[in-house]
Amino acid sequence: MPLLDVSDLAVTFAPRGRPAVNAVDGVSFQVNAGEVVGLVGESGSGKSVTAMAILGLLPKGKEVQVTGRASLDGTDLLSLDRRRLRDVRGRDVAMVFQDPLSSLNPVVPIGTQVTEVLTRHRGLSGSAARKEAADLLERVGIPDPTRRLRDYPHQLSGGMRQRVLIAIAVACRPRLIIADEPTTALDVTIQAQILDLLSGLVKDSGTSLLLITHDLGVVAGLCDTVNVFYAGRLVETAKRRQLFGAPQHPYTLGLIGSIPRLDTPRGDRLAAIPGSVRDVLPWPTGCAFAPRCALSADECVAGPPALHVVDEGHTHRCVRAGAPS
Amino acid sequence: MGRFIARRLMQLVPTLFGLSILLFIWPRQLPGGPETALLGDRGTPEQLVLIRQSLGLDEPLIVQYGKFLERLARFDLGTSISTRRPVLTEFADRFPATVELTVTAMIIAIGLGIPLGYLAARHRGSILDQLSVGWSLLGVCVPIFFLGYVLKAVGAENLGWFPSTGRQDPTIDATHVTGFYVLDGLLTQEWDASLDALWHLVLPGLTLASIPLAAIVRITRASVIEVLGTEHVRTAEAKGLTDAVLRRRHVLRNAMLPVSTTIGLMTGTLLSGAVLTETVFAFAGIGAFLAQAISELDYPVLMGFILFIALIYVLVNLVVDVSYGLIDPRIRVR
Repeated sequence: MPLLDVSDLAVTFAPRGRPAVNAVDGVSFQVNAGEVVGLVGESGSGKSVTAMAILGLLPKGKEVQVTGRASLDGTDLLSLDRRRLRDVRGRDVAMVFQDPLSSLNPVVPIGTQVTEVLTRHRGLSGSAARKEAADLLERVGIPDPTRRLRDYPHQLSGGMRQRVLIAIAVACRPRLIIADEPTTALDVTIQAQILDLLSGLVKDSGTSLLLITHDLGVVAGLCDTVNVFYAGRLVETAKRRQLFGAPQHPYTLGLIGSIPRLDTPRGDRLAAIPGSVRDVLPWPTGCAFAPRCALSADECVAGPPALHVVDEGHTHRCVRAGAPS
Repeated sequence: MGRFIARRLMQLVPTLFGLSILLFIWPRQLPGGPETALLGDRGTPEQLVLIRQSLGLDEPLIVQYGKFLERLARFDLGTSISTRRPVLTEFADRFPATVELTVTAMIIAIGLGIPLGYLAARHRGSILDQLSVGWSLLGVCVPIFFLGYVLKAVGAENLGWFPSTGRQDPTIDATHVTGFYVLDGLLTQEWDASLDALWHLVLPGLTLASIPLAAIVRITRASVIEVLGTEHVRTAEAKGLTDAVLRRRHVLRNAMLPVSTTIGLMTGTLLSGAVLTETVFAFAGIGAFLAQAISELDYPVLMGFILFIALIYVLVNLVVDVSYGLIDPRIRVR
């Protein structure tokens, strides 16, 4: 049984007086114990909303509807009550967010922001919690951790802040860490350090990692399994080797084709996928990528594309995959 | 921090100096004067001149101001023209009452306002939210004297729960040490005197609290709504923190900055005397006395009281500025 089993997850935003938006539509994927799984797609494709929905972090109310299942070890997180969900958050599933400055409370010392999860989920308090917090900061590579505990977020650099957020995430030895674009807000030189740290930590502890990114380079370096999002739907799921070796969906092909390479001849233009994500709402019943797709044919817009199994662990939703363009 | 406070206190000197010049010139430009207030319409021109001479008002302004400064250097604010008592004594007699009333009103306003504002923000759009916003609008709109009389009619006359006027039952033989009646009772262990003074504070305190309460509810609500939408609250939610920790550490603390400004300004306003409330409840604070001094053009009282009020305002704002740094380390003063 996979650690996290998301099946048929759908999120609909229905703001008053405006048409409903299916931000996430029929998404299913699994994360096995110790596995690093990527959710890839461009901005607005529903990756973050998926992550937030799994942990129940989307705003509550009539305007947001979440359906489907997200089972952690057989327990459906989407149907847990608030109190039980709070026990899971931070203890079994932890999250690392994109912008480390705004994700930390500016008026609370970082020491407190680390110790509060230890107090909440591990029952540590006082000097025991402070000692553990200092150990955690040391483990994520923050020098002089005991002194740093008293610092406020604005006294740390961006990379250091993200290390603090990672320390908070690993503090209770969760079984799954969801990292939502953890390096996007950082300098390129720091990005690699943070990714190394994150992958090292999950490997050492056997924690699973659900990595949300729009960077295929990150996927190639870290992920065991990749899920490609387009317009709120999963268009392709594959092991890393399968994805880069034999991509099936035209969107995946386009993404891989648009990675700049050092060995392309000078003067060549960078490859790009023509057009942009359709924001015509609601999305058509057919393949959402059809308007930008070179392989597009009548059958693409006739109805939702069925799931095609290519190989063990490799699936996609394209009726024209492999057809000559 | 110490240097910041010292610098702010130094800035007080030119402020008060300029204010004293304005306060010296302006009231003296108004028609009439303390002599007309003393004699009424029946005074003959000769009598008026005589009184002006005896008060030293016939001398050139610059000479009068010089004498004022000279007295001020000896911490003497002069004598009230209408009561013939030193201004400082008059002030010392009345200020504790105003402080007690202000503290009561602010305790009510803060104690109710912050929780109400928080709950309204947390349950935005609910009945509770609409009620608290509506009530706070009402609190701003209803005139103080009207609210005061309504509370007095209901609380004192109809129900008879609270006394309607004064600071303490005159039949209680209370010893007054500091002039703060509630505190005096505690110091001298005359518990009934303390309790009685507290009882006298309820209705005027509620009346005076209405406007700051309304302001605090609205500012807290707006501020909490803003903080609830920030990413660090989402992080705190993702950590699975309990409601209590989330509220106290990650929402209210961040939301307190604008609220503390409002509290500071309101406290300053209330400390400068609540004329209407004090009048309705015959509460002997500085507000009613100052209003009387204005109508009688009691120059020394005007000068002394307003300088004190300015001083209090500056001190309250200083406290607010320092408290900013305690709330938000990014703007901690050095």
